[in-house]
Amino acid sequence: MGNRVVVTGLGVVAPNGVSITAFTDAIKNGTSGIHHDPELEQLQFSCQIAGKPQLSDDLIAQYFTALELRNFNSTGILYGVIAGMDAWKNAGLKVQDGDEPDWDSGTIFGTGTSGIDKFRESIYKVDELQLRKLGSTVVVQTMASGISAYLGGKLGLGNQTTTNSSACITGTESILMAYERIKTGQATKMLAGSTSDSGPYIWAGFDAMKVCTYKHNQSPEQGSRPMSASASGFVPGSGAGAIVLESLNSALKRGATIYAEILGGHINSGGQRGTGTMTAPNSAAVQRCIKGALQNAGIKASEVDTINGHLTATSKDTTEIQNWSIALNRKGSDFPYINSLKSTIGHCLSAAGSIECVASILQLHQDFIFPNINCEDLNPEISDIIDFNKIPQQLLNTNVNIVAKASFGFGDVNACIILKKYAE
Amino acid sequence: MDRAELIARLTPIITTYAQDKDAVASINENTDFIKDLKINSANLVDVILDVEEEFDIEIDNLSMERMLTVNAAIEIIEDKLRTK
Repeated sequence: MGNRVVVTGLGVVAPNGVSITAFTDAIKNGTSGIHHDPELEQLQFSCQIAGKPQLSDDLIAQYFTALELRNFNSTGILYGVIAGMDAWKNAGLKVQDGDEPDWDSGTIFGTGTSGIDKFRESIYKVDELQLRKLGSTVVVQTMASGISAYLGGKLGLGNQTTTNSSACITGTESILMAYERIKTGQATKMLAGSTSDSGPYIWAGFDAMKVCTYKHNQSPEQGSRPMSASASGFVPGSGAGAIVLESLNSALKRGATIYAEILGGHINSGGQRGTGTMTAPNSAAVQRCIKGALQNAGIKASEVDTINGHLTATSKDTTEIQNWSIALNRKGSDFPYINSLKSTIGHCLSAAGSIECVASILQLHQDFIFPNINCEDLNPEISDIIDFNKIPQQLLNTNVNIVAKASFGFGDVNACIILKKYAE
Repeated sequence: MDRAELIARLTPIITTYAQDKDAVASINENTDFIKDLKINSANLVDVILDVEEEFDIEIDNLSMERMLTVNAAIEIIEDKLRTK
């Protein structure tokens, strides 16, 4: 059987809220964190709107020393450290003092890239024959595992300290990997989560692929339109989400707040076969992933109260709904509620899964389903499959017992996690 | 430039990287960057870059390797200033 695994801490750095309190308010109210981005306009991006967390220097100084901030230029590490340390504190855990690390606590904290701005800065210096002026922190800011290394050092973690990377499923995958580690008794507490750099150099490739919307540069808050008939591509976002996972025994012993229980999940790939390609999902794999998650969690499809989808606001939204409907064998008014956080924060790429899992866990803990915005003109292909009422446009205060959350990513990769309200 | 002035200009640079802030108060020529001030060894290269900027000099690799104390730093800076 293995250990039962529960969530005891949450932290978030999102475009529409930095801190769990601000983020909870924002998602309940459908507050958008999408703004016009002058830098993207100046660089002649097609999509000139984006979701970026707003951080003050005073806040940053609470997490980083003045020395650490010298020549620091990695937004991914910045967001991840703040979210991660907040989650640790939120769980009521202390930073390890003294010479001994906490051998039973580790982190799996994912990212797509690290310190892309630092990388750019360094490449220019090297090409200008200024290599000797790089300083000592280029490596730790640009190595993929920079974020887990920073967090491991700040918290004094002595268990596995690593970074996973799997495109837009990164965050959901990190939680499932951390879950396995605790379930199998290899760790007692794991800080799971993911982060994403922000700015033009991380988003440019997507703009070039024409997968971002260019139709809302004058109306940023209406730009991200998952499930809408007028959806025209995703809005790039950034930030970090962090979750403390803990064995139930340890959480009970500490008297910790238990936000949710992780029942299980599944991770797979479509192998870029069938309908799957580098950038498009193999629907057979998506359905298998969802079914596999239910099976792994030991629940029936009928028990799912609400889905937090991947739903990026591209033509693939309909495919996703169809895959959920087939995998759960539920449709019309029998379909669970479903929402997409991307309508208010955009697509936070490698951070998407973790930020969206934080939102899903808040829904379970506080009994609500946050509203979707910008899909008042629901895509008719979607309403052919599921009832309009299953896509809340207003905050729904309702008992939520089980949430299914899935993420899908480039490379034809899928992850689905099943979260449940904790009960003895 | 006399030694006191050199130390005065060196102190703020060193202070940035010193983990032992109390030891900074008693900086003298014999102070060892790593042993006394607990400067992270990876940061020694940053100290050198800051010294280069402050004194407008360039410190060669050989000098870098032996710049581990205030005394060595002063000697190297004086030498580089002379040959500038």
